[in-house]
Amino acid sequence: MEKKERKGIVLFSEYKRGEAIKKALEKSREEILFELRESKLKGRGGAGFPTATKWNMVAAAKSDKKFIICNADEGEPGTFKDRALLLEYPELVFDGMVIAGYTIGASEGIVYLRGEYEYMLKSLNDYLEAMRKDNLLGKNIVGKNGFDFDITIRLGSGAYVCGEETALIESLEGNRGEARNRPPYPVNTGYMGKPTVVNNVETLAAVPHIVLKGGEWFKKYGTDKSTGSKLFSVSGDCERPGVYELPWGTTINELLEIVGAKSVKAVQVGGASGICIPKSQFNRSLAYEDAATGGSIMIFGENRNMLHVLKNFMKFFVEESCGQCTPCRIGNTKLSEGIEMIEKGEYTFAYINKLKELGQTMKVASKCGLGQSSPNAFISILENFKEEIFNGNGGRNGK
Amino acid sequence: MLVLEKNAMTEEIEQLVEKYGRSRSSLLPILQDIQRKHKHIPDFAQQEIARLLDIHPVEIYSVITFYSFLSTTPKGKYIVRLCQTIACDMQGKEAVAKAIERELGIKFGQTTKDNKFTLEYANCVGMCDQGPAMIVNENVYTKLTPEKAIQILSELK
Ligand SMILES: Cc1cc2nc3c(=O)[nH]c(=O)nc-3n(C[C@H](O)[C@H](O)[C@H](O)COP(=O)(O)O)c2cc1C
Ligand code: SF4
Ligand code: FES
Repeated sequence: MEKKERKGIVLFSEYKRGEAIKKALEKSREEILFELRESKLKGRGGAGFPTATKWNMVAAAKSDKKFIICNADEGEPGTFKDRALLLEYPELVFDGMVIAGYTIGASEGIVYLRGEYEYMLKSLNDYLEAMRKDNLLGKNIVGKNGFDFDITIRLGSGAYVCGEETALIESLEGNRGEARNRPPYPVNTGYMGKPTVVNNVETLAAVPHIVLKGGEWFKKYGTDKSTGSKLFSVSGDCERPGVYELPWGTTINELLEIVGAKSVKAVQVGGASGICIPKSQFNRSLAYEDAATGGSIMIFGENRNMLHVLKNFMKFFVEESCGQCTPCRIGNTKLSEGIEMIEKGEYTFAYINKLKELGQTMKVASKCGLGQSSPNAFISILENFKEEIFNGNGGRNGK
Repeated sequence: MLVLEKNAMTEEIEQLVEKYGRSRSSLLPILQDIQRKHKHIPDFAQQEIARLLDIHPVEIYSVITFYSFLSTTPKGKYIVRLCQTIACDMQGKEAVAKAIERELGIKFGQTTKDNKFTLEYANCVGMCDQGPAMIVNENVYTKLTPEKAIQILSELK
């Protein structure tokens, strides 16, 4: 696979395979947890849960078996930064998993790779094989007596909801990928009912750097509440789409400048599940405390039809809802139909308002994050672009 | 299925069970391998997997129908999945879709008469910065134009 030479402040800074594993294995688990806590690293998969807390819960659990799962299901529309990490920086992801295994007391790591990324499977497996040869995986890793750890890769089969951690575990266990009620959380009863850490690819990729350079160093970047850097997957109307590593707290305006985006009307932050931000709010910053995102940034130029964009997002949710709970299964269909009514000019404002209320209900009544976040785009696009959508020929102003 | 085919299928599944382990958690890898090789998971294979893993056949069916990459009816030798999500849409997916439909003489969701191609839409395949994108079996193709897409498909034997 081609390896692009990237430069970045944290993740894309220099790193040699195995370096952090060696350093970590000289430390105690407590010391590693301490650095992780110092770094204030939060999950990069979307929910932003503090990584040290999650690891600590599993480290403290008494169990004959524990697991570390790398969530590489990357299916949120507009997200492709895990692809870049897996193709270009597998050392960061896998070394992060080994360190997690050591810290929480797991001997098995599993990567859940989305089926669409099967083309990476061979190179990733070759990479793991090379790690085994160098004793970075296997028994008594780098001579550390009693620390055995290995990684297997499992493929998904084309279901977005399997990125949700409990659906992912269901899928690994050989079931339909239907989300479970939470609690209990995977840290208590995860894969095979055992304590399990599920982390995003990017979260794990930050770990080796934190182990080597310390939590203090990591915290120098970003904001108080959002420490370190973030990989942004930038697509849509701009000159230079791609993956960018930027400090948390970067404003949308700054990002647009960097990627060469001109005459932009809207930016969808956080993918189809995220929110649509209009021009008037481009001074907002990308951070957990403001415009939060798992990394998806989609840019819409002046001439884009926002109703068309919304329709595309809602079709996505209708198709990807697992159908287990009513608010999400029926709700997304209703919202989708509403958009078609607007498109045809056959709607009443009373009905549209009802649909917005339905959206609010879905946010609280749906069982998992898919149904809870799917109305975000509906609500924010109809609100922020009502002029265009309702006054502009029922949204039929062309693409 | 002929008796010989059945025997071969049973043997194949026994080998997969051997490889992945006789437990429910091996179900997806087994189904994925059968799907890859046979382009669907025949009834008989479902029964055999059920028997060997000690799961009810209905459970197997229910798992298969959940995942868009698994199917109980035969797909073509090449499954073409064109991304329909917004970033690819904005980069010209529609023209590519039309060209492929014209060239293969089928609509999305259909399989060519010679069972060579099945045409489907996929949701965001993680190539939004290089769209329009499609995945054919497991290979990914990016920055498609109508011409480029047809060229790629015509080179598949
Ligand atoms: C519908 C849905 C899809 C998700 N997809 C992903 C995904 O592809 N990758 C991911 O890391 N997290 C995804 N998540 C979040 C996971 O449930 C989980 O929070 C995350 O993997 C935890 O890792 P982190 O703490 O390192 O972020 C998804 C959540 C939902 C509700
Ligand atoms: S919210 Fe949607 S995806 Fe989640 S469990 Fe309910 S139906 Fe399934
Ligand atoms: S939108 Fe097509 S690959 Fe993401």
